[in-house]
Amino acid sequence: MAITVELGGTPFNPGAYVGPFTNAHPGLGGVCTFVGEVRGEGGVEALELTHYAPMTLPGMEALAARAVDRFGLMGLLMIHRTGVMRPGEPIVLVSACAHHRRAAIDAVDFCMDHLKSQSWFWKREKRADGWHWIEPRQEDHSDLARWSEEIIEV
Amino acid sequence: MAVRIVFLGKLADLSGEAEREVPAPLDWAQLLASLGPGLAQAVADGTVRIAVDGELLADKSMLSAQAGSEVALLPPVSGG
Repeated sequence: MAITVELGGTPFNPGAYVGPFTNAHPGLGGVCTFVGEVRGEGGVEALELTHYAPMTLPGMEALAARAVDRFGLMGLLMIHRTGVMRPGEPIVLVSACAHHRRAAIDAVDFCMDHLKSQSWFWKREKRADGWHWIEPRQEDHSDLARWSEEIIEV
Repeated sequence: MAVRIVFLGKLADLSGEAEREVPAPLDWAQLLASLGPGLAQAVADGTVRIAVDGELLADKSMLSAQAGSEVALLPPVSGG
């Protein structure tokens, strides 16, 4: 069982993580991977994610531990960018492996919903007229409510 | 030693700086007074949370920061 959680300020290659992660868990029944990238729509030229070092990574580590426990995972990989990114660059990678597919799929969904609305990140977008802070979206909170038994601060 | 205030997200834009130091100790009323009216109003908003040395306060009005502490002002998150 391995949990890997990283927060980094430089571009990363999701494939370089997922291959070794999968190979490290022989006997797994399924592996599910989600990669989020910067969208190029709406005239977005760049996106910047800021974080708060004393809380962001510890919160991600706590989230990863909860996901492993809740879904009985064999392993979990959670990689998140910070800093300025261009359209097409990966922002986040979550990969889970488990004995059965449902646990792997649900664990990734669970982690993404919590990263979107419960983790310490602030996002702004650069468009032609300058930088704009992105407000929390209602959909993020309704997505989170699907895991309702516990909404805790991370 | 002072208390360090850290501004996150759009609060950093409002304050014009990422952090500032103010005299210790620091409670809620002193924090609001040190921020000035515009920032104080933003920080008093119910969606803004406060953490002291990385620990989230359940009730920000109970703020009690000592010399050397770091007080983070955390607006609603928008990540992932």
